[in-house]
Amino acid sequence: MKRIFIILSLILVSAAAVSLNSCKARDKNVIRIGLNAPITGDIPKVGEGAKFAAQLWLEDIKKAGGIEVGGKKYPVELIIEDNETKAESAVKASTKLITQDDVMIIIGPFASKQAVPAGGVANNYKTPMVAPWSTNPDTTKNRPYVFRACFLDPFQGPVVANFIKDEFKFKKAAVLFDVASDYPKGLAEFFKLAWEKNNGPGSVVAYESFTTNDKDFSSQLTKIIKSGAQILFVPQYYNEVALIVKQAKELGWKGTIAGSDSWGSAETVKLCGSDCFGKFFSTHYAAAGAKGDTKEFIERYNKKYGYVPDDVSALTWDSLNITKKAIESTGGLTGDIKKDRTAVRDALAKIKKFKGITGEMTYTDSGDPQKCAVIVKINNKGEFEFYKSVCP
Amino acid sequence: MVYFFQNFLNALQWGSFYALIALGYSMVYGILMLFNFAHGDVFMTGAYIGLGTALFFTMIFSSGAVSVVPGWIILVLTILSSMALASILGMIIERIGYRPLRNAPRASAAITGLMIGIILETGNLAILGAQRFSFPSIIDTVTWEAGGIFFTNKKILIVAVALFLMAALHVFIKKTKWGMAMRAMSYDPLAVPLMGVSVNIVAPMTFAIGSGLAAAAGVLYSMAYPVLDPMMGVNLGWKAFVAAILGGRGSIMGAALAGFILGFIEIFVAMIFPSTLRDLIAYSIILAILTFRPYGFFGQAHSAQLRL
Repeated sequence: MKRIFIILSLILVSAAAVSLNSCKARDKNVIRIGLNAPITGDIPKVGEGAKFAAQLWLEDIKKAGGIEVGGKKYPVELIIEDNETKAESAVKASTKLITQDDVMIIIGPFASKQAVPAGGVANNYKTPMVAPWSTNPDTTKNRPYVFRACFLDPFQGPVVANFIKDEFKFKKAAVLFDVASDYPKGLAEFFKLAWEKNNGPGSVVAYESFTTNDKDFSSQLTKIIKSGAQILFVPQYYNEVALIVKQAKELGWKGTIAGSDSWGSAETVKLCGSDCFGKFFSTHYAAAGAKGDTKEFIERYNKKYGYVPDDVSALTWDSLNITKKAIESTGGLTGDIKKDRTAVRDALAKIKKFKGITGEMTYTDSGDPQKCAVIVKINNKGEFEFYKSVCP
Repeated sequence: MVYFFQNFLNALQWGSFYALIALGYSMVYGILMLFNFAHGDVFMTGAYIGLGTALFFTMIFSSGAVSVVPGWIILVLTILSSMALASILGMIIERIGYRPLRNAPRASAAITGLMIGIILETGNLAILGAQRFSFPSIIDTVTWEAGGIFFTNKKILIVAVALFLMAALHVFIKKTKWGMAMRAMSYDPLAVPLMGVSVNIVAPMTFAIGSGLAAAAGVLYSMAYPVLDPMMGVNLGWKAFVAAILGGRGSIMGAALAGFILGFIEIFVAMIFPSTLRDLIAYSIILAILTFRPYGFFGQAHSAQLRL
């Protein structure tokens, strides 16, 4: 009698365990896509732009009844995780998306500071990841599962250096960057390399840095002004750009200031005001003067959220559409999330001549697309105006 | 030489903020023998209050897009109102954060400060969201050049207001009855209540004055660096704390002077050495100073009384 009781209870316990387990297993007929974005922290506007673009994209998918793969339509679920603009939180968010939410693919993180470590997580779990906005080479380096939708720092450095040389014929440059952040540091190095290749060694006359959260750049800028540089390259994010440009003006800087794609936020002009007018930066797309699909996207976004989308939104949009294309071209999902992830990864690596709103992209079995950069001028109305296109 | 004077001006402005904030740390230590670690965040809150009052005064004093009163009046009102409101905040912090713990171990009171700091930061984040705010340019920036040295009206204003506030504090503590009560309280916290001066009046007053100065620093800081974020007080608060220690615990003059010295060290280290090494070298210098003068410039070995 006692033995029967024990056996019965064992069966009950294991049944409970099985049923709990099956509760945990996700619906196999839904494609889950994770978005790892900086909703709070240093660059919340970036997170917001990404979230809004993703929601706009999801609307389209819902209207179409889901993504069609191998003759079957799968509904799509978007899971947004906040990485607080911190590297460790980005790693946590990606791990959660992969192991708990069973996502097929992750979009993000956005800044290289988060994308470099989170890329390692995605690659280890063999889950494809598309970093829309991370331009640091380390994000995708030796990581077959990690992709990006933008160009790289090594490319953007020479783009700005060559543009300044062709446009202004300047010989002496200065750089001011955050030494504690991957993106500005990487870009500063590549700019210096390219500039010295063009103008000879020692032509970067001031190479100054600061650390994250610094607000006073007066001593660095005084040094830069003394060095006699003709152009100042500032590969920083919008909150620092506003402070640096204003302080430079107050300390008597008369030269040009140029930046990188991190300037391309609506916040730059909002915080910086007229002091930023006439400055140049390299980026992925220019909102003023856009045509075709790009224009359509800008108008839809503007109508819904009330402002012109940043490059982050445009790149998020492209990343999601590449994802959609890759999922479609797998030819059919097995329902085994591990197999499907690898299939999506293989399809991503083969995408050719994809017409995105930030330009045409081709992947050649590496995570980095081949595409062109745009030089933008901030015009006197504070708009980002297309100035020149620079291709590799 | 021009280069040196330009950096001298930079350092003077930068040191003003450290000095104003360090005063609050030192005063509270003199009275209650503890450091109010929420002080950096009081500075942040002061800046945000300044943002609110600046927008408010610009709104009520303008007809259409034109302001009917000159910018400096709005600026004075902004500074005074944010100082007043931050003083109230300081008294609230004292009442709910420190008074119940007055006889608790020192460590508990230090933790309270950190907790209040986190509440102010995250509370700000929860109410206003994570986006950065741009501080309105209340007065137009005018840049002057004199022999290659560039300076703005704001830079002069910041240093002048900071020095004025320090002088006012000096007079208050030295000449008024309440100033005397504060000095007496830090001299003997047991005897002074017997003379009819309650700790429950002197302590909130100390917090109010310290917070008011921090708020003034917040508004001035936002004029120089017009991008506000909820974490802006953390770094600056810690560094001002270093200045308070460097000046000598409880020493008003020491805190003010050490604030400027800290500003000068930071700016001139970046001038001479690569800027990457700025904080490393600057704080090594301070460590070295403290090794030789462990009680700071004006500190005394066995006392932390409020001194001028």
